[in-house]
Amino acid sequence: MSVFLVKRLSTFIATLFGASILVFLALEVLPGDPALVILGIDAPESAVIALREELGLDRPAHVRYFDWVGHLLQAEFGTSYTYQVSVVELLQARIGITVPLALMAMALSIFIALMLGIYAAAHHNKGGDVTVMSVSQLGISIPNFWLAVLLILFFAVNLRWFSSGGFPGWDKGFWPALASLILPAIALATVQGAILARFTRSAVLDTMREDYVRTARAKGLSRRATLWRHVLRNALIPVITIMGLQFANLLAGTIVVENVFALPGIGRLILQSISNRDIVVVRDLVVLLAAMVVAINFLVDMLYAVIDPRLKARDV
Amino acid sequence: MRVLNSESSFLARGLRHRSFVVGGALSLILTGVAVLSLFWTPYDPIKINIRGRLASPSFEHWLGTDHFGRDILSIIMAGAQNSITVGVVAVSIGMLLGVALGLWASARRGWTEEILMRLSDFMFAFPAILLAIMLVATMGPGAINAIVAIGIFAVPIFARLTRGAANAIWAREFVLAAQAAGKGRFRITLEHVLPNITSVLVVQATIQFAIAILAEAALSYLGIGSQPPTPSWGRMLSEAQTMIFLNPWLAVYPGVAIALSVLGLNLLGDGLRDIIDPRLARQR
Repeated sequence: MSVFLVKRLSTFIATLFGASILVFLALEVLPGDPALVILGIDAPESAVIALREELGLDRPAHVRYFDWVGHLLQAEFGTSYTYQVSVVELLQARIGITVPLALMAMALSIFIALMLGIYAAAHHNKGGDVTVMSVSQLGISIPNFWLAVLLILFFAVNLRWFSSGGFPGWDKGFWPALASLILPAIALATVQGAILARFTRSAVLDTMREDYVRTARAKGLSRRATLWRHVLRNALIPVITIMGLQFANLLAGTIVVENVFALPGIGRLILQSISNRDIVVVRDLVVLLAAMVVAINFLVDMLYAVIDPRLKARDV
Repeated sequence: MRVLNSESSFLARGLRHRSFVVGGALSLILTGVAVLSLFWTPYDPIKINIRGRLASPSFEHWLGTDHFGRDILSIIMAGAQNSITVGVVAVSIGMLLGVALGLWASARRGWTEEILMRLSDFMFAFPAILLAIMLVATMGPGAINAIVAIGIFAVPIFARLTRGAANAIWAREFVLAAQAAGKGRFRITLEHVLPNITSVLVVQATIQFAIAILAEAALSYLGIGSQPPTPSWGRMLSEAQTMIFLNPWLAVYPGVAIALSVLGLNLLGDGLRDIIDPRLARQR
């Protein structure tokens, strides 16, 4: 286990560093002077030079990179130019929206995927399977932000069950806050769930062709018992990997859907920071989101080893 | 003569495949509408007519007009152009770079392969939207940045796929024979490896095309993709959302256009995969 863990952990750390270098290069070395971007092209020369000094842009790139990463490692984020507060402070208020939303969507999409995927596989090539596959094909093709708009149209404009957007805040009570996240979570989960359902179905079908499944059936185990006891556990391994990979898309979807529902989360903060030309915030948030994706994939790798001990053995 | 046979059987198999037929038809309609809109739309898609704003569907305006009095059908038609342009350019960027890197990794093996694959690993941490956000933050919003971001996002996907498929070809006897005949890695890659993995790449390109259309729509919806007055389905949706209480139908049409295009390309990709590799079709 330890060799496996060390190997995965070093990949994890290397990936994080790679990501930080990429973000740094993209935002700092690409043509375009952050000071000019912040102040606008018409700014007087002296103001630009002063801001460059204030932002520390007069120092060489590698010094700035290590300075930035050094601070990040101590959980010290930059200071927002527009809000004049630390990015950490900006995050504190917003992470309580984005993370619960992503988790709700993830849970909901796993529920949808397992239900539909297993049902379709158990009714392979029958009416139920064809229906599920057609519906999921449609689900994959629908942009999540359009589904979000349709949900607003139906549940907020027509039925008036939910508000069409905004967030009351967790301090105004648990249920109102949760209710404002339900439609966004459904919009995110439907698309993810449709993708996952297809993977679940084919993973279950593949596993059902294994010899040990035939053995289980031959020894007199019922179809249902074989499915739940032998097929599912083995079929879940590839499904979990896909879930990990899909997490990046889920986070990206969160950025969009937060904007549809006017939820003041991280996604909205990023877009506001772009229009405010607040590069420090954009840089730190992009790295944070990338780190979240990498961390989830690392956890998935670990989970993988727990479910299938053979993988550990092979890796060592 | 044999070539003719294999082609006709490809078509015959294709016409019996439901996904392929439906997907192909939808994709043809998308392309057809885009080409048609180059020469003709019912009205000028960017001409403002405040007096005729928010009109209901009628004989003059089949899908009605928006808050500037522009004809919805015309904007949707012109929007197809935008989607196709973004798709073609972004997929080309992703495919050219990705396939080249994948072939290189597969031909060199060893450290080159290891480094390239690790690089593509961490690129997966950056969804197209994050890449676009980074580009837009430094270079300002615009269609080109969005296209480049979507293209870069596709590079590691093509690189991984190419490398996997190419490695399988490198292990085949005819490559060994070519090596024995004294051909270099570069020639083998071009003459033997690449031709044998084209079908896989075509299928992936179709699916990436669909992903590119979705991503561009999302970026335009957020206001960091195509800029006005270029007609774009994503931006139509964000404009429609502000009118949702006045005219909810405006939020429906562009979404249907995006969904049908993406559905068509996905079905076409699925169909192509089944037809090119019938073994996979039977398994699924």
